[in-house]
Parts: sequence; structure tokens; C-alpha cells
Amino acid sequence: MSRLKILALLPLAVALSGCNYVVLAPAGDIAAQQRDLVIISTVLMLLIVVPVMALTVVFAWRYRQSNTSARYEPEWDHSTKLELVIWSAPLLIIICLGALTWMGTHLLDPYRTLGRIHADRAVDQSKAPLEVDVVALDWKWLFIYPDYGIATVNDLAAPVDRPINFRITASSVMNSFYIPALAGQIYAMPGMETKLHAVVNHPGTYKGFSANYSGAGFSGMHFNFQGLDDKGFDAWIASAKSAGGSLGRAEYLQLEKPSQNEPVRRYGTIDSDLYRLILNMCVETGKMCQSEMMAIDAKGGRGHEGLNNTLPLAYDKYARRGSSPLGPEPTFVAGTCTPDAPQGRTTASITAPVDTAPLTGAGLKRPTFTPLKSSSFFLGQRPKSDS
Amino acid sequence: MSPDLLKLIFGRLGIESLPLHEPIVVGTFVMVALGGATLLAGLTYFRLWGYLWREWFTTVDHKRIGIMYMILGIVMLLRGFADALMMRGQQMLAFGGSEGYLNAHHYDQVFTAHGVIMIFFVAMPLVTGLMNYVVPLQIGARDVSFPFLNNFSFWMTVGGAVLVMASLFIGEFARTGWLAYPPLSNIGYSPDVGVDYYIWALQVAGVGTTLSGINLICTIVKLRCPGMTMMKMPVFTWTSLCTNILIVASFPVLTVVLALLSLDRYVGTNFFTNDFGGSPMMYVNLIWIWGHPEVYILVLPAFGIFSEVTSTFSGKRLFGYTSMVYATVVITILSYLVWLHHFFTMGSGASVNSFFGITTMIISIPTGAKMFNWLFTMYRGRIRYELPMMWTIAFMLTFVLGGMTGVLLAVPPADFVLHNSLFLIAHFHNVIIGGVVFGAFAGINYWFPKAFGFKLDVFWGKLSFWFWVVGFYLAFMPLYVLGLMGVTRRLRVFDDPSLQIWFVIAAIGAFLVFLGILSMLMQFAVSFLKREQLKDVTGDPWDARTLEWATSSPPPDYNFAFTPVVHDNDAWWDMKRRGYQRPLTGFKPIHMPSSTGTGIILAGFATAMGFGLIWYIWWLAAASFIAMLVVGIGHTFNYHRDFDIPADDVIRTEDARTKLLAGAK
Repeated sequence: MSRLKILALLPLAVALSGCNYVVLAPAGDIAAQQRDLVIISTVLMLLIVVPVMALTVVFAWRYRQSNTSARYEPEWDHSTKLELVIWSAPLLIIICLGALTWMGTHLLDPYRTLGRIHADRAVDQSKAPLEVDVVALDWKWLFIYPDYGIATVNDLAAPVDRPINFRITASSVMNSFYIPALAGQIYAMPGMETKLHAVVNHPGTYKGFSANYSGAGFSGMHFNFQGLDDKGFDAWIASAKSAGGSLGRAEYLQLEKPSQNEPVRRYGTIDSDLYRLILNMCVETGKMCQSEMMAIDAKGGRGHEGLNNTLPLAYDKYARRGSSPLGPEPTFVAGTCTPDAPQGRTTASITAPVDTAPLTGAGLKRPTFTPLKSSSFFLGQRPKSDS
Repeated sequence: MSPDLLKLIFGRLGIESLPLHEPIVVGTFVMVALGGATLLAGLTYFRLWGYLWREWFTTVDHKRIGIMYMILGIVMLLRGFADALMMRGQQMLAFGGSEGYLNAHHYDQVFTAHGVIMIFFVAMPLVTGLMNYVVPLQIGARDVSFPFLNNFSFWMTVGGAVLVMASLFIGEFARTGWLAYPPLSNIGYSPDVGVDYYIWALQVAGVGTTLSGINLICTIVKLRCPGMTMMKMPVFTWTSLCTNILIVASFPVLTVVLALLSLDRYVGTNFFTNDFGGSPMMYVNLIWIWGHPEVYILVLPAFGIFSEVTSTFSGKRLFGYTSMVYATVVITILSYLVWLHHFFTMGSGASVNSFFGITTMIISIPTGAKMFNWLFTMYRGRIRYELPMMWTIAFMLTFVLGGMTGVLLAVPPADFVLHNSLFLIAHFHNVIIGGVVFGAFAGINYWFPKAFGFKLDVFWGKLSFWFWVVGFYLAFMPLYVLGLMGVTRRLRVFDDPSLQIWFVIAAIGAFLVFLGILSMLMQFAVSFLKREQLKDVTGDPWDARTLEWATSSPPPDYNFAFTPVVHDNDAWWDMKRRGYQRPLTGFKPIHMPSSTGTGIILAGFATAMGFGLIWYIWWLAAASFIAMLVVGIGHTFNYHRDFDIPADDVIRTEDARTKLLAGAK
């Protein structure tokens, strides 16, 4: 077994020789807290894994057949004390890890607004968070900055230390929006919206990509994410604005067509309603928006008459490549004259707690314990940049 | 002929469906065709067709069916592993502007086929084969409860494998990843035959798996020999019981979810589409409600094998039998409560995510208890390092690592940064290779002498062991590292040249595993040639503990001339200790099931129906379906289902064994 162990350690030795472990040394507070959880959980588990591996080797060696000096008790097969230990030792570890998981999962819920921007800095309430609408297309990323009226393809930037609120959807198939240096990933799904709240703490250029296989052009579906200081970000916005180009419904339908390894593109003006239309799958004129459909259904639907409100698709979404052999021609639900009142955006949001100390029962004192503030406890947080 | 007529006859199958433009596939086809032709010619020349048909294809003997499952698993391992080598090669080469040697169309099929084949047509047949062979012997039964069903189940599994193999040369396989998530797998985005091959291969094989699950549950519940109460069953039988309960409870979910996907694809329903109220998220949930139990379906029998092996080669009772059984049952139940951990990143709320994260972690408690039980079985034992025991030690050291990274991935915030990365790939290969594959190899080396009457060669076995173990670590430790660098799975080309070295190491590891597989094939060949030297006449070459070792190697058709009576959970050990004497007289005729060709014929029609549906050859699908009904109903009128082995034959067989045993002393 010793040969085996040395070989197993070999990659570790090479590993420590300086590579970009972005997951272990991220540039954003959310990713840093996730990194801490990775490390704390690993250390907790090593408490039991290391003894088990050591005991395996020791027993395997000590009780080998040729060692006749070792005790041999062929009938010994039970010990209540040992059984208690072998069930309770993993149980204790899992209790700790479970508590950590429950807390960590709630505190790092991607839907939750940020409670802090760094281990030792609270959110600056005077600054509004940066809103970014993300659309995964076949096979590129569209980023819409609604507050600035610009959009980009495969290019994302955000000012350092300003919270970013991502709203994420997709045009045709499932992808996953992931910038390892910034925060964990979340799926991008057509007709649905996911959310991510994050902040970048160190200026630099970082990799972002789709982490869920989405078809032929998947490998080329990556972009650069830049953390910029305020001045740099203003300049970046200005350059996008001056790039000219406008992104309306017609341009979007062109952009949506499958294409691979797309270069960076910028649009100085956008249709401010575009993201809502994409999310509700009604960019094509004449299609009923899902929000509208859901509002009608919520009021009881339109009954049998609703069945006649579909139209054959003279054109479909451009990404569509086939249809079923026995079924009817693809159809869509035609829009009606009802005002498209529900805006398709949930207003409900999960806000970060003001106080993260654990809850206690009535009359009990709080233990002196500060959760998850050990951000730079293990590895230290060092700025990392790909560029 | 008019295009309409052609379409009626051939559906969408045409000359352009053959991948003549893909040199790699054409080369493979030529090789396979030559090899196949040689094999067929050989079989014809040596007049083996009749023998194969009578003694193997139509057999209802659980032992022969078990062996055929193992052969299927090993053959498909070669195909699945060829895919793995191609992927490692592509990822090793595609740096710095290079596109590698596989285009997206081909590469995306390769990784999809690799996953599907390895899970459904390698791991499942190996596990099912071992259960089929060993369980009836371990419980002192003459066969499984439904011998004909067993034959039919096997051939349905083969039918699924045939469809997957056909996709290599006729048309193409899915390019969706091994679980074929919609909307990508729906007709809008995958209109070609790939996903249809995927669906029908799994549906045909799935029928076989479900039925074989029912069969083995009945066998274990109803056919145990006198004295074998539930808490006296060997641990492998216990884990097989739990596995088959999992199969019966989870495979119908797979069948339904694939049926819904087929409806979406064939008749334009909207279960998993983006609009008209469809929800792809429903598919993801349903497929993992099958998919997670599937992991335990594979690993539980492996746990059983390790229990038998550890106890046998430590020369000691299994430590904590009762807690081992309870641990298995707890894992069985919990495996249904964790499926959501495969998609924490799909936007569930924090409470839902942490619930599933914590249930996942709880599974590690019974699993940890099992690990300790093996450890304390070795404690104060006399461990003989034969091949099965070597695989077991390698498993114990490897599996804890995989378990640890698994629990890590169960922490949702940690999963957000590691999900879909190569870290995840490394994790599940760590548990599946370290657990299931090592377990299957331990089982093969352990039970081979039982099945064939001679041991496997040790030299080539050790060579295979070291190639596999070292190769595994070299191939997958770099993937853990890459995962921590944020590298995601299923990428075909890379920009960052600093990553290349890791892929080179991984490719070297994969090549070592390849040598391990070759050594294993050599081990079989060499053992066959040296079978006289390696011969075991006692039927108990390892000084083992459970009932299967009480009969001869290979066992007679009827397994046991007299049904044994059990007083201890190490039944054979107990018999040996109490000076058990083989009965030499008083043999009676033995009632046995007859062979039948119905299973292979039905499965053949099912496969043809699948092929017809894949290519829209509607007449073929309809005709095969009707033929299946006719043959199935026809079989109910077959009254020649059983026969008696005459007492004289039993006496002759048993006397021959008596002579052999006397010669061995």
C-alpha cells in the first residue's frame, strides 16, 4: 500500500507548486465564504477519515497471516461499546456539519441580499446595488444593465465593493451561470428566473462561463468578468454607450440564433422591456407572455375558448431545430388584448438578517459565538486575477 | 422508388445515416465487422451454434445467466472504456487553439455514451450477474423464483446494449449528457435519432432490470433453505435484497420519465418543454428520484461482496452483523430522501437545500458504520492477501476519500462552487470505481473458482490490480485539482495552457487503467490455459463461510442434492466446524425448470420495436409489438416448463464428486 500512497501524494506535491486555485482563493466575499465552508467541512471530515485510513493500514499490516504473534479471535464478532463508538463518532461529526450546513445554506442563499460586502465591512446603504440581467443564449451570454441602458455580449464588469444583483434566465436550453472568483453558480433556465447576489472585492479580470452542458457550442461559452474601481466602471459604461448599436426585439431575435465562440459586443441603447419579454418568452410579436398567461390562469383560465387561441408557428424560435413526427405542428399561444399587467418579476425578495447571531429560546442567553466571520481564517484572502 | 414509399419502408433511415464521413467510426466499424465475422465463422466452423443455443441462450439456470451478465458487462466495459480514452485524449490535446481530434458532434456523443454505457451496461450487468449467480447458492435454493423471467430479463438487458452499440454505426447517439436533461433533449433541440436511441435502449433494458429485481426479491423472500431466518442471511444476500427493493421502487420512475419525454418527442406533448406549461425542472427531479437510488443499487451489492471477502480472508466472523444489516436498510430508505442534492443550483430555497444536504450527510453515518465493521472484522483476524482481499483494502482506502468529497458536495454552498466541475467528476468516479468496480473485481476473483472450478491466475491478477489502482489515482486526483481551479465538466477545448499538465497526468492514468483491463483479460486467458494447475476440487478453495461453498465447483445444475439446513449465519463455517458429512445415499429425482427460447425471441422483438420507433419505421414497430404479444401469449400455452433430473443422474454426479473429494485428500 505504501507505493500507492506515495503515488496518491504526487499530484498534491505538484499541486502546491503555484496554480490558480480560484475556488480556494476567490476575489468576492460570497465565494470566499463558500470557500471557508469547503475548508471547514473538509477539516471536520478529516477528523474521522484520517483515523479510518490509518487504522485500515495498521490492521491490514498487523493482522496479516504471517504475523502469528498477533491475537487471533475467530469468534469475536460483537462489542456493544465499539458499536456505540462507530455509530456515534460519525453522528457527532454530522451533527456539527449539519448545523454548519443549515446556517451556511441560509446565510449564503443566492436569492438573499447581501448582509456585508467583506468580512469586516457592512453594506454601504447609500449605494444602490448594481442590477444586471443575464440571459444565456445558444452559445453566448447577454448581459443587460437596466440602470445604465446598455447591454453586452460575453463581457461583464462591476465596480469593486458594490453589491451586484443578478437576475438570470436563458433563451432555449439550460445553462449555469458561474464566475468562480465571484460567487457560486446558479442555473439559467428558459422561461424562468433565478437570482444571484454577489460582490467583488478585488479589481481584476476573472473567468466566467456556463457550467452546465448546453450543446455543440458549450466549450466556447465563456466571458471575462472585470472587477473595476468606480472610475474604471464609469469609463467602461461610457465606452459601451459610445459603442453605438442598439438592442431591440428585432436585433435580439437575430442575436438569439445559435452561434459559437462569439466575440465581445456592446450595445449603447436597449429596449428597456427586453429582459421581461425574454423571460416571459414573448419577444416575437403576437406571442402571449407567460406572465399574462399565468395571470389569466390564476383567474380560472379561459376554458375551452382558450384552446382556440393558439396559432401555428410560421417561424419558431431560431434555436429550435426539429419537431415531433406524430404531433401537431408547433404552436404558440397568441397574445390577447388584456393589459400585460403582471410584470413577470416577483417583487418578493429575501433580505439578509440584520443580526446573524443564532436564535435562542425564551429567557436563554445567547452563546458568545460569531458565525462565519472567519473569512480569511485558513488561506488568507489574496487578490487573484487571470489577466 | 418514390420518396414517400422509401419513407414508409425505411422511416428516416437512409444511406446518409451511416457515419461514412467519420474516419474514426468507419475504422472502428471495420475492426468490429472483421472481429465479428471471425467470431461468427469460428462458431459456425466448430459447430457451436447448437450448443450455444441449447446450453446458454435458452437456459433458465441462474448460474449460466449470471455468467452471461458478467460477459455482457465486461464486453461493454471495453466499449465504455474506449470512450473514456477518447475523452482523455481529446482533453489532453485540445489546448492553445488546437481543436483536438474530435469535433463537437462526435465528442458530445462520446461523453454521453460513456456515462450511459458504464452505468447501465457495465456496472448494472456486473452487479446483477453476481447477484444472479451467488444469491440462490447462498440461500440454498435450486434456482431463482421465476427462471424463465430471469432469462427474459437478461435478454432485454442485451437488447438495450444492442441498441446502444447500433447507434455507433447506424445514425448517432445522444449529445445531451448521460441524463438527457430537457429542453436540450427535447425534439426542438435534439431532433435527430440520438436521444431516441438513448430512450429506447434504456426502456428495453429497464424492463429487464425491473423484472430481474422482482425475481430476486421473491427468491430471497421465499426460497431460503430451512433454518435461514432473515437475520441468518449472508450479508451479500441482505445487500442484494435491499438493492432489488431499490430497483423495483425506482426503475418505474425512470420508465415513466422517459415515457413522458418520448411523448414530448413523438406526439408533441408539453411535459418538459419551455412553454405551454411544461417544466424541464420536473424532468430533473424525476430522473434523479431514480438516479440517486441507482447509485445505491450499484454500491450496496459491492458492500455485500466486501463483507463476505473481509470475513472469509480474515478467517473471522463478520464484526457487527446486526448493525451491518441495519446500516444497509437505513441506507436503502435514506437513498430516497436525497435526490435534490444533484441540483442545489436549480434555485430551491435555502431550507429545501439544507434539508436535502443534511439527509445526504446522514447517509454517511451508516456507511461509516459499515466501514468500521469491516475494519473490526480485520481486527484480531488472520488476513490472507489473496486477490479479493487486495481489492477490498484498496476499496477501503479509496472509498473513504470519495465519501468525504461526497459529503463535502452535500453542503449546498460548497456545492455552488464545485457543482458540475471536474471535482464532481472525480468524486463520483472515486466512489463508483473505488466502490462498485473494485467490488465487482473482488467478487469476480472471489467467486470465479466457484463458477468454473479453477482459481484465477495470481500474477496477472496482481498486475491488473496495481495498474487499476495506480491508474485510478493518476487519472482522478488531477480532476479534483482541476475542479478546485474552477474547471467545469464536458468541455471540449481549453484556453488556459497551464491546465494541460493535469490533463496529461489524467490521460496517463487512464492509459494505466487500460493496461489494467488488458491484464485482466490476460488473467482470464492464462487462467483458462493453466486450469489444470489452478484446479480446485474441494468446492471451497478459500476456506470460506457461506453456503455456496458447500457444493461442488462448478455446482451441478440443481445446486444442492439435498436442501441444506442452516443453524448459523456463517452456515458453511458452522457445518465444517461441526464435522458435517456429505450425504452419499438416498438421492431422489430433482424437479427443475426447462429451457426455453421465448425470452430471447421476445427480447429480439422488443429491440426491433425500439429500432423501428427510433427511425420512425412505424410498420416495423407495430409488427414487432404484435409479434411480442403473439409470442408472449403463445408461451402461456407452453406446458413443457419443467422436468425431473432422474435420481440416477443425481447419483452419478454426486458419486463423481465423492471420487474427486477422495482424490483431493
